Amino acid sequence: MNVMLNWIWLALVVVAVVVGAANGRMEAVTKAAFDGARTSVDIALGLIGVMALWLGVMKIAERAGLVELLARAIRPLARRLFPGVPPDHPALGAILMNLAANWLGLGNAATPLGLKAMAELDTLNPHKGTASNAMVTFLALNTSCITLVPATIIGVRVSLGSAAPTDIVAPTILASACATVVAATAARLLERLPAFRLPAQAAPDPPALAAEAS
Amino acid sequence: MTPTGMLAAVSTWAIPTVILLVVAAGAMRRVKVYESFVEGAREGFEVAVRIIPYLVAILVAVGMLRASGAVDLLVGAVGSLTSAIGLPAEVLPVAMLRPLSGSGTLGLVSELSKVHGPDSFVGRLAATMYGSTETTFYVLAVYFGAVGITRSRHAVLAGLAGDLAGLVAALLVCRWLFT
Repeated sequence: MNVMLNWIWLALVVVAVVVGAANGRMEAVTKAAFDGARTSVDIALGLIGVMALWLGVMKIAERAGLVELLARAIRPLARRLFPGVPPDHPALGAILMNLAANWLGLGNAATPLGLKAMAELDTLNPHKGTASNAMVTFLALNTSCITLVPATIIGVRVSLGSAAPTDIVAPTILASACATVVAATAARLLERLPAFRLPAQAAPDPPALAAEAS
Repeated sequence: MTPTGMLAAVSTWAIPTVILLVVAAGAMRRVKVYESFVEGAREGFEVAVRIIPYLVAILVAVGMLRASGAVDLLVGAVGSLTSAIGLPAEVLPVAMLRPLSGSGTLGLVSELSKVHGPDSFVGRLAATMYGSTETTFYVLAVYFGAVGITRSRHAVLAGLAGDLAGLVAALLVCRWLFT
């Protein structure tokens, strides 16, 4: 099941080409492929600046001891959600900042802080290239994230002349809270299934340990 | 001030305040703030570039799927089933596209709101569904791509479970509040 994404990706591409051919939409499919590739680079390039900004701010926060302070603040919750992460670890501080930015709808801060949190979680990951339990739980919290002010959609509603553009705020918060609870619970339950179990912990490599200690 | 107005004010003030707090705390702890900032910021380029291959893989596949008309095909296949549980057929594509494409969903929501009116049940439900979850496959590509994770284990399933829960909850809450 570690190869799930392989199958999904394969299915997306095969279905797209087959259905596109059947519908006579091959031109549109071709264009969409190139557009997707270009959009990816646009997104990544657009991220460079904000990424640099927040990684810079986070470095100061780290050296000032603020990240550890935040990590300690969410210790009770973190112990349940991320049992594999030590209670004072900077990953937890970054996770809290990422979630707070998400709640406030600050997309430009949320992604860089989330990627910083992932990088911190990766330092605890013995199986590089394979997601750890903590990484999946953190991702689940992000794929379903609660936003207190869904600004984009309110903007669309305002521009279309809605009489009450913000009346979708309460239902949105309720629905995304459900999504978050289910996603996080699913992450914690599924990690125990044999199909998703991590490979047996490899014995620590003595030369590598020696190199680290020196 | 209304609650939403207050939240909007918090959003406006949050970032400058956080930056000020961090820099001030750094100065108080005698951290070399400028040097530390530059040192941290240096990694920004690398992280952004590292996610490109993962993003290309996901956005190209999803883009091709959308252009092929496969979503409409699926809507036709399950449309009668979902309208039986009270989901208007027009909104079904929004639900199906939500985990795959954020901008695609937003486009659909705008279109539906224009055609049916933003204050119609369809318009409100579509808007609520848009905000009920994030774009799972995009978040997965970006977050796992940044640390080179290719074996995602149960991440897709957990993310999709959350999406389904969010979409169903959006339908139930909207039916409760808006009908």
